[in-house]
Amino acid sequence: MRASNKTVVVRVGGEGGEGTITLGDLFTRIAAYSGLDIYSFRTYPAEIRGGQVMYQTRLGTKRVMTEGDEANVLVAMNQQAWIDEHEDLCRNAALVYEAHLALPAEGHQRYPITAEQIAQDLDWPRGKNFIFLGALLWFFRLEVEAAEQTVRQRMRRHVESLEKNLAALHRGYRHARETYPEPFPFTLQATEATEERIILSGADAMALGALAAGCQFYAGYPITPATPIMESLARYLPAFDGTLIQVEDEIAAINSAIGAAFAGQRAMTATSGPGLSLMIEGLGLASMAEIPLVLVNVQRAGPSTGLPTKTSQGDLFLALYGGHGDAPRFVLAPDSVKDCYFQMIYAFSLAEYYQMPVIVLSDQAMASRQETTPLPGAPWNGPLERWVPSAEELASDYRRYAYSEQGISPMAHPGIPGGMYLAESLEHNEYGYPNQNPETHQRMMQKRANKVETARRMLSEWRMTSRRWGDRGAPFGIIGWGSTRGAVREAMDAIHAQGIPIEAIYPHTLLPMPDRAIVDFISTKRAILVPELNFSGQFGRMIEHRYYRDLDELNIHIYHCKKEQGVPFKIHEIYDATMAMVDEEHELWRQEHGELANIYNTILRIRDEQRQSKKGDRCG
Amino acid sequence: MNSANPRKVTVVVEQTTADYKSAVKPIWCPGCGDYAVLTALMRAFKHLDLAKENIAIASGIGCSSRFPAFLNTYGIHGLHGRALPLATGIKLGRPETTVLAVGGDGDGFSIGGGHIPHAARRNVDITYIVMDNSIYGMTKGQPSPTSPQGIVTRAAPYGTQERPLNPLLMTLSYDASFVARCFSGKVKEMTDVLMAALQHPGFALIQVLSPCVTYYNTYKHYRQVTGPLPEDHDPSDRLAAMALAMDTTTQHLGIFYQDPERSVYSHRVKKVQAHTGEMTLYEIFERLKC
Ligand SMILES: Cc1ncc(C[n+]2csc(CCOP(=O)(O)OP(=O)(O)O)c2C)c(N)n1
Ligand code: SF4
Repeated sequence: MRASNKTVVVRVGGEGGEGTITLGDLFTRIAAYSGLDIYSFRTYPAEIRGGQVMYQTRLGTKRVMTEGDEANVLVAMNQQAWIDEHEDLCRNAALVYEAHLALPAEGHQRYPITAEQIAQDLDWPRGKNFIFLGALLWFFRLEVEAAEQTVRQRMRRHVESLEKNLAALHRGYRHARETYPEPFPFTLQATEATEERIILSGADAMALGALAAGCQFYAGYPITPATPIMESLARYLPAFDGTLIQVEDEIAAINSAIGAAFAGQRAMTATSGPGLSLMIEGLGLASMAEIPLVLVNVQRAGPSTGLPTKTSQGDLFLALYGGHGDAPRFVLAPDSVKDCYFQMIYAFSLAEYYQMPVIVLSDQAMASRQETTPLPGAPWNGPLERWVPSAEELASDYRRYAYSEQGISPMAHPGIPGGMYLAESLEHNEYGYPNQNPETHQRMMQKRANKVETARRMLSEWRMTSRRWGDRGAPFGIIGWGSTRGAVREAMDAIHAQGIPIEAIYPHTLLPMPDRAIVDFISTKRAILVPELNFSGQFGRMIEHRYYRDLDELNIHIYHCKKEQGVPFKIHEIYDATMAMVDEEHELWRQEHGELANIYNTILRIRDEQRQSKKGDRCG
Repeated sequence: MNSANPRKVTVVVEQTTADYKSAVKPIWCPGCGDYAVLTALMRAFKHLDLAKENIAIASGIGCSSRFPAFLNTYGIHGLHGRALPLATGIKLGRPETTVLAVGGDGDGFSIGGGHIPHAARRNVDITYIVMDNSIYGMTKGQPSPTSPQGIVTRAAPYGTQERPLNPLLMTLSYDASFVARCFSGKVKEMTDVLMAALQHPGFALIQVLSPCVTYYNTYKHYRQVTGPLPEDHDPSDRLAAMALAMDTTTQHLGIFYQDPERSVYSHRVKKVQAHTGEMTLYEIFERLKC
């Protein structure tokens, strides 16, 4: 596994109402500002107020890819935190906890903090979380003065409580320093930063990506976990001369965005599962009338209202195939917070250039976590513009939906003299007027479909339609999509360290699929794991259907690794699933090659012994 | 754009009614009330001398929603019930455009009924014409939200069980800033009302009693029960307008209510934009640096 001594997982558990999330968030930021890399993860209770919450941060001296499997440090603000979280601790973890909690007598390293007592002395019972924050600052040897600046900045709106909270923070710091002067087992030394970094959530990354792409219009309806995108754009869009409108429902959201796009704007909406269901009819309109539109879907666990605050990748089929008739669209899948930023730029480019709806699939875990990431540079291509006809093009028999092999035709908008046309949801002729001739229908279906094929060719020339890494040409592979990449990457480091050659590919455009890249990838494989966070293995099934010829001919086996629990993959789950796949393949191989089996068994035995001896440093 | 009156558009050439007509022949049955609306609207455009390229018409689905195809302006024929959201997006996306929404009573008051209160409270500058024939024309004669209780249709062979909606009373209570009623049998009066609506800065809803000669011919009935608003009616008096909308003997025609002073949504957006000032992506990144 990735050098475990270089990352530390800190988990904070407590009552939602007692500032647990504030504690986690502030600690994360302070650590990030000190030069450490961070990657946070949080759970939300179903309740509006109160309820048990958990905030986890993984600190690293290098880029951190996942929130980590097991916690090294547990901050337990209440008894429930210990009950909920203790099974996820690594061996000899550090327990920082409210002193009067009843913990089992044995195990782990103990750092009781008399937070409640101190809070009482300060006559500030609400300051408990800041006392813990102060203690954490001491344990991680983070600078209190710098931390105070961060707190002042973040909490500036809470004028009445700010000074009291800061007093609590200092008291917590001193208390910990005096009680535990010895070095803390999990302190990290920040390395000198080599590049500029920002701290960003996946939702903010999408909002900023939209701004970078020149988004001018947003219409949306609140829904967890997509709302932060709307809130972020509500703040920034007017400063970019854009318009944001919270409308009455998701149907109004997508139709208003279509209206704005029809009027010539770069327009978007964002939602989550139930909202996407309501938007499907509108998606078909955008596809039929050839109107550019970016639709972000931040997936949450379904079906129906499901687990509104929990993560999933269960909307893949709806995004790819949702709607009546054959309605072409693009589907993009960012695989990290930073990638969320870039995929939004590509989404607007594709939407505008091809005059089509583009769905960008994120998920709750990726949208709501904070990550330190290098300052994003320029996108590799774009932003592409829509084809607005020139005066000459308008003068000579302007046809809005002129047929072409590429599928793209010139799109005028209100305000352009001579460009008047009808955007039609009925099947239409080249001018946009309703026409239901059999030939017209077939031909216009072809025109719209051609755009996807044109894009497939164009995209295969672009570099970033998929990400491929690992041992080039290895017999074992992983194909995944979206936010599972971090866990896969870390698991692969561990698998590679076992001497097993393994390689992965993550397509960023799921529609059109980068077929050439995928076929090139699978052609060298013996077995491929498809990990995904949904119940039925939607992506795996899509891979099986789409590449059945190659898979059949080359006798490549697909292994589904499905999880639908509302939480991201743990690294070890990917690791274990991959190892199970490797073992099964070896077994099959043994059966196929009986006479070689003896030699092979010996090799395997040696490997297993090595694997056994390396276990134990998988914590972290 | 003149910020005081967003509807003011520069006109290059004097337009004739025929200029606004597209090459497509209406698909409506001969005698359908919607023809009169098309005529009145083209006349209103002409009287106001609006440039074709600065007009955008959004519609839903239904006989009446086929409307935009017959006009040589920008148009979008969208989804059943969604004319208002489309129009809202167009207006906010390009505020200098004269934006209309058109459709039927099923489209506007049934499937799309949820959009009216919000268009009204936002006061987006849209002229919304509902061609109300109290029946579903396109789908061949099912009862609509404004069908009188008890009418017999194929979908209600034993008579409808619901009381009809009162669209004007509803819209008045949503506090729309312009509420009017017209009748397809009176094109001249309709033209005047449409001109006033097009000039009104804000959301204007016009219910046009537009009979469906094929499935529910109400011409004769409306000739008997319609009449002008009382001469002394003050269109700034919302309560009086509501009382007139509830009149069970006469279906009044004309402008029931108008509040021309109310601020328009796209102006408020402009104000917010001016208030926030300029920002660059670089500045945002600068704040996120660690
Ligand atoms: C989502 C959806 N549901 C149902 C329909 C079928 N449909 C088409 S038009 C219409 C009703 C039209 O009635 P109205 O809006 O009053 O217009 P009219 O035809 O009377 O002018 C219906 C139900 C549809 N096109 N889309
Ligand atoms: S069916 Fe009725 S509403 Fe439709 S076109 Fe004919 S007369 Fe008009």
